[in-house]
Amino acid sequence: MNRLHTARPEGPSAYPQAAELELRHVQKRYPGQREPAIPDLSLKVEAGEVCVLVGPSGSGKTTAMRLINRMIPLSGGDILLGGRSVLDRKPVELRREIGYVIQQIGLFPHLTVRENIATVPKLLGWDSQRTAARVTELLELIGMDPAEVGPRYPSQLSGGQRQRVGVARALAADPPLMLMDEPFGAIDPINRAHLQDEFLRLQARVRKTVVFVTHDIDEAIKMGDRIAILRQGGRLAQYATPAELLTDPIDEFVAEFVGRDRALKRLGLSTLADVKLLSLNGAEPSDNRVAVTATVRDALSAVLAAGGAPLTVVGGEGGDQVLGVVTLELLGGLLGDGGLPDPEATPETAPESSA
Amino acid sequence: MKPLVAAAAPIIPTFGGGAKAFACERANRLFCWNWFSENWSSILWPALRQHVVLCLIAIAFGLAISTALALAAYRHRWVERPVIVVTAILYTIPSLALFELLEPLPGFGLSRTTAEVALVSYTLLILFRNTLTGLREVPEDVRDAAAGMGMSPRQMLARVELPLALPAIIAGLRIATVTVIALATVASLIDDQGLGVPILTAISNDVFKTELISAGALAVLLALFADGLLVLVQRLLTPWARARIP
Repeated sequence: MNRLHTARPEGPSAYPQAAELELRHVQKRYPGQREPAIPDLSLKVEAGEVCVLVGPSGSGKTTAMRLINRMIPLSGGDILLGGRSVLDRKPVELRREIGYVIQQIGLFPHLTVRENIATVPKLLGWDSQRTAARVTELLELIGMDPAEVGPRYPSQLSGGQRQRVGVARALAADPPLMLMDEPFGAIDPINRAHLQDEFLRLQARVRKTVVFVTHDIDEAIKMGDRIAILRQGGRLAQYATPAELLTDPIDEFVAEFVGRDRALKRLGLSTLADVKLLSLNGAEPSDNRVAVTATVRDALSAVLAAGGAPLTVVGGEGGDQVLGVVTLELLGGLLGDGGLPDPEATPETAPESSA
Repeated sequence: MKPLVAAAAPIIPTFGGGAKAFACERANRLFCWNWFSENWSSILWPALRQHVVLCLIAIAFGLAISTALALAAYRHRWVERPVIVVTAILYTIPSLALFELLEPLPGFGLSRTTAEVALVSYTLLILFRNTLTGLREVPEDVRDAAAGMGMSPRQMLARVELPLALPAIIAGLRIATVTVIALATVASLIDDQGLGVPILTAISNDVFKTELISAGALAVLLALFADGLLVLVQRLLTPWARARIP
């Protein structure tokens, strides 16, 4: 990756440091409406973390996101990005520093993929050489052939490709913060899972601060380092890590929202690598195999599919080394408290929103 | 009432008399090639050139005025209704009546200005509607993305909204151009210009078929040519509209 092509040359790596985001008593009321859309929302997103805003419709999650880049004007409170109030910035300049991905993506139909990705660099006045190099770099980052896909128009792309280009366009000027509003919402389930995995891999490399809006709790659990569950009327119900939400929902609403199968979802957060496997003890390994990289939930499903018979866990180099055995009893034992190590260290609970 | 026919020459038939007249001219057959080639450089070609200029001016002014009005209506919804009402009225006034209405006004009279004002007024409704529709049909998500990436309203207009409205604008231009080319033949009643002149001469001369048909055909060909040219311009300016999955 070319280290010259960064939005902020002073950044220590190819990507400038992600910025911390803080919402302080944020309030939004619309004229003519008695109830505020958001009465009083406070939360903090650490630099480089993915914060998922999730909730039913009418919970104000998209509104909260759009307040951050001032697409919607704030009615009260403050939002700090990297310690600076967004209110001190010109909206147009602020937005150029914040990546923005929406569900319908909004690629410009009259511009090629390359021109689409170059939008913000052009607005920032980068010279054409630097812009071109950055566009090529981003196309490679999202796994697209610059020579093949670059000159195409959005109408010539599949839904998944459009979505990737949308993410690349948002990353173009190396923003310290990305806002993503249901970015995978319009994609079919199989491709959505692909794109989610791909985004997580990308995020592991670029380490942006991300605010991710979704109504899908499973997506929230998968994508979020921390999840803010909002309830009707724009109130924060709980702000915690996925593991904490699943093991310790703060109230009935959160428990209901994360789902009755939250014990199973909890198993989906760990892989067999986190489990103390049974040894073979010289017995013949069974033909029912499961990869050590599978989630505990998938392993449980596989055991059930095998009629409760034990599975051989394989992994290591080449993926066919026998590592041990899992049984229904072993997995069942994990469902209780303390059966699994917490993937996140110390979960934090946001205090119930007071307003 | 003043005589409407300003461009008509004194009634001296150009056919049937004179030793120089061609046989087909004297017989006033449907089309006399000899007359056509004889009079191409003296009558038809100058008339065609004048016609093109007359139309170009009308289209240029029409486009400028209607684009400004469409942009105003795009930003301020209330502008749309009064503009539609006024331009629709202008559009529905019969062309002859409009020339008659403008002619007595101070500064108008039997002049180029009167002809152009009338022609421009016929383009406004079409161009205004199409441009406004084109702008309004820019998808909401595209506008949202453009604003969210930090485009100012002016940048959004220049880089996103107008380019995306271009197919609709050019579609309007095509209709307006063809309309103006046809109407401009009538404008020669006011101003002694364009393909209307030979047509009027032919009519006043007890309908000399060749002159009538040549001038009429030239107007039709001009309209077809202009339309084709605009299609070509659109193809060049909007390659994205035809992009297909490779």
